[in-house]
Amino acid sequence: METAPLISDLAEITLRSLRVSVTAVILAAAIGIPFGAWLAVTRFGGRRAAVAVLNALMGLPPVVVGLVLYLLLSRSGPLGVLDLLFTTWAMILAQVIIVLPLIASLSHQVLRDLWAEYRDLLVSLGATRRQRIWVLIWDARRSLLTAVLAAFGRAVGEVGAILIVGGNIDHLTRVLTTAVTLEVSKGNLTFAVALGAVLIVISLAVSLALHALSKAERVRPW
Amino acid sequence: MVAPRVEISEAVVERGRARLLGPVTCAFAPAPITAVMGPNGAGKTSFLKLLHGLERPRGGQVQWAGATPREQSYVPQRAIVLRRSVRENLALPLKLRGQASDARVAQSAERLGLTALLDTHAPRLSGGEAQRLALARALITGPKVLFLDEPTANLDVPGLSRVEEILVEEAARGTRILLCTHGVAQARRLADAVIWVAGGQVHAPLGAAQFFSDPPDVARQFLELM
Repeated sequence: METAPLISDLAEITLRSLRVSVTAVILAAAIGIPFGAWLAVTRFGGRRAAVAVLNALMGLPPVVVGLVLYLLLSRSGPLGVLDLLFTTWAMILAQVIIVLPLIASLSHQVLRDLWAEYRDLLVSLGATRRQRIWVLIWDARRSLLTAVLAAFGRAVGEVGAILIVGGNIDHLTRVLTTAVTLEVSKGNLTFAVALGAVLIVISLAVSLALHALSKAERVRPW
Repeated sequence: MVAPRVEISEAVVERGRARLLGPVTCAFAPAPITAVMGPNGAGKTSFLKLLHGLERPRGGQVQWAGATPREQSYVPQRAIVLRRSVRENLALPLKLRGQASDARVAQSAERLGLTALLDTHAPRLSGGEAQRLALARALITGPKVLFLDEPTANLDVPGLSRVEEILVEEAARGTRILLCTHGVAQARRLADAVIWVAGGQVHAPLGAAQFFSDPPDVARQFLELM
């Protein structure tokens, strides 16, 4: 493989990987954080069971998520009419399902502790449920951002589900992880290593961002 | 303006299987400053929380006339500070009500000696500063009833004097203050009435002069030790 196409392929695949995982994590955060907060401030029968189910869903095997989503999105499946199979949207959907329980559960843990601290004040001030949730999310934003970054780390490194629902189609649904598996199977180890190196750089960047966030918080709260 | 009045009937506060308070049955219109006194673990905090609605009674009910829950404020024994600046802490009660805050925040901070700390991250405040912040935040909405649980526990002498001055000013404006305190001297200085709480039982309010000159039997031993 010549150098110029290799670099352009690498850039294209990397950008697609980032676009899929960033979109998935933003969507999962938009749903998971408010849900975790709602769970933290609301008392109802079955709440403990709901939290237990949420925690259990964190361990969902991605391959199974991919398989179920494949069955749902395939032409004969109930969601086949959406025509999403083998598109980046199917991959985003798979990643949302994988990281949503992680974000919701971590958010719930963080916000439950903060709620224990703030409860008397917010109830005393007559804050509505929506206001309570907003105050909690705002004041826990640093910890929540950490949860979101952790979820991004999981999403960007995921391969099983997106391989099944994305199909690893060149210039369409191929991302870093699926490309690595393909290039290894083809024996094209040079390109596989280059792809792997980009994945490692992304992981390192996430770790450094987490570290910088925690350092910035110690020096000057924001 | 109708003077605030509360009626409590057969109210019980429990934590798990442990009964913390009650059954409580009484009705009273709080005096300008009412001291809630009693030994440690007597149920004073539970009583304040019950009155303010932070504790839901397992049985019975608490009904206020002349002061809705939104017209009441509560300052707990351990000040709760939001993970925000002092300014944002003070502004929160007004923001939740959709009211403008800048002028009132500045005024409130000045009153409690917090002006220089307005941009400080509130969790970094000392215990005494946090307690002054909690009091300023409780007063900023102009409550009709103010519940204070040991509000001067972490304060130095100048801080304590300033807070007591403010409580007297607030009472003179018509705010009804219910103040949990262990300090007999403080209760003698400030209180117009005393509610005695012991062993989870709440005794009806007595005028402070009567309470200290001729204390009920249940309180006599405690007062003699102080």
